[in-house]
Amino acid sequence: MLTCKEFLAELSDFLDETTRDEMRARLERHLSQCPNCWVVCDTTRKTIQVYKGLDSCDLPEDVRDRLLAAVERKIASHGEGS
Amino acid sequence: MATDSIPVQSTPAQTAADAEELDLVARSRTGDATAFSSLMRRYDGKIFRLAMNITQNREDAEDVLQEAFLKAYQHLDQFQGNSKFYTWVVRIAVNQALMKLRKRKSDRAVSLDEQIDTGEDTVVREIAAWDPDPEERYSRDELRTILNGAIDELSPIYRTVFTLRDVDGLSTEETAEVLDLSVPAVKSRLLRARLQLRDRLTRFFKRKGDDAFAYM
Repeated sequence: MLTCKEFLAELSDFLDETTRDEMRARLERHLSQCPNCWVVCDTTRKTIQVYKGLDSCDLPEDVRDRLLAAVERKIASHGEGS
Repeated sequence: MATDSIPVQSTPAQTAADAEELDLVARSRTGDATAFSSLMRRYDGKIFRLAMNITQNREDAEDVLQEAFLKAYQHLDQFQGNSKFYTWVVRIAVNQALMKLRKRKSDRAVSLDEQIDTGEDTVVREIAAWDPDPEERYSRDELRTILNGAIDELSPIYRTVFTLRDVDGLSTEETAEVLDLSVPAVKSRLLRARLQLRDRLTRFFKRKGDDAFAYM
């Protein structure tokens, strides 16, 4: 059976579902026998989910206005220079 | 250099959205300000959030946003279209954001390539199950404050990799391209970032009545 340290080393790939079948089976076997690693795996998965669930940040309008003004100035100066 | 084109493997057939984006880039190169504004509007929110996560400072993040798009405009001829425009511009933004951090901490250079501990820092300190739906315990604003606070506590290396990979949804390979890191280096940093965030969030989300190490 994998040790907990070996399990942790593979955790990211396991959560991303990029592990090969044989390794995946070993990881799942470890999970079924190790409550600590089961909790770590479950809560790490939830950590990723809760960040993914955050609304994407709408750019504040004042920030966007200043961005557009700065870029327009740059484009205008490019036009004059060419 | 931040603005070098990124060599990538040949891509599959481009989607209509990709083709539209390439058209916007081509028009921007001719000085079409409307086309470049359209490009910016697609990604300015994501770039700003990334810059906020890395710099932890709103003014710096706004500077990064402006500098990244200005540099992108100036160097559009170097964008070869064999990677996504977002991947290209986010690479510029990450470099600008790290430069801000370096200026702030002039006594200690900030590098994504600095040595990290191997192995031992993945030790999980607190093992406690979470509420089934921690999101329901907090309002959206409270949750956002908790999540932002947890990211703030990560080192720049970890919060940059985590934001690109798990918040922005870039692939491991794209994240490696953006940060000039190897794929194993990205994976290693991502694992540590995820475990450190999990550890910090457990303080807030652990099931009532659970003691730390209750499962040990």
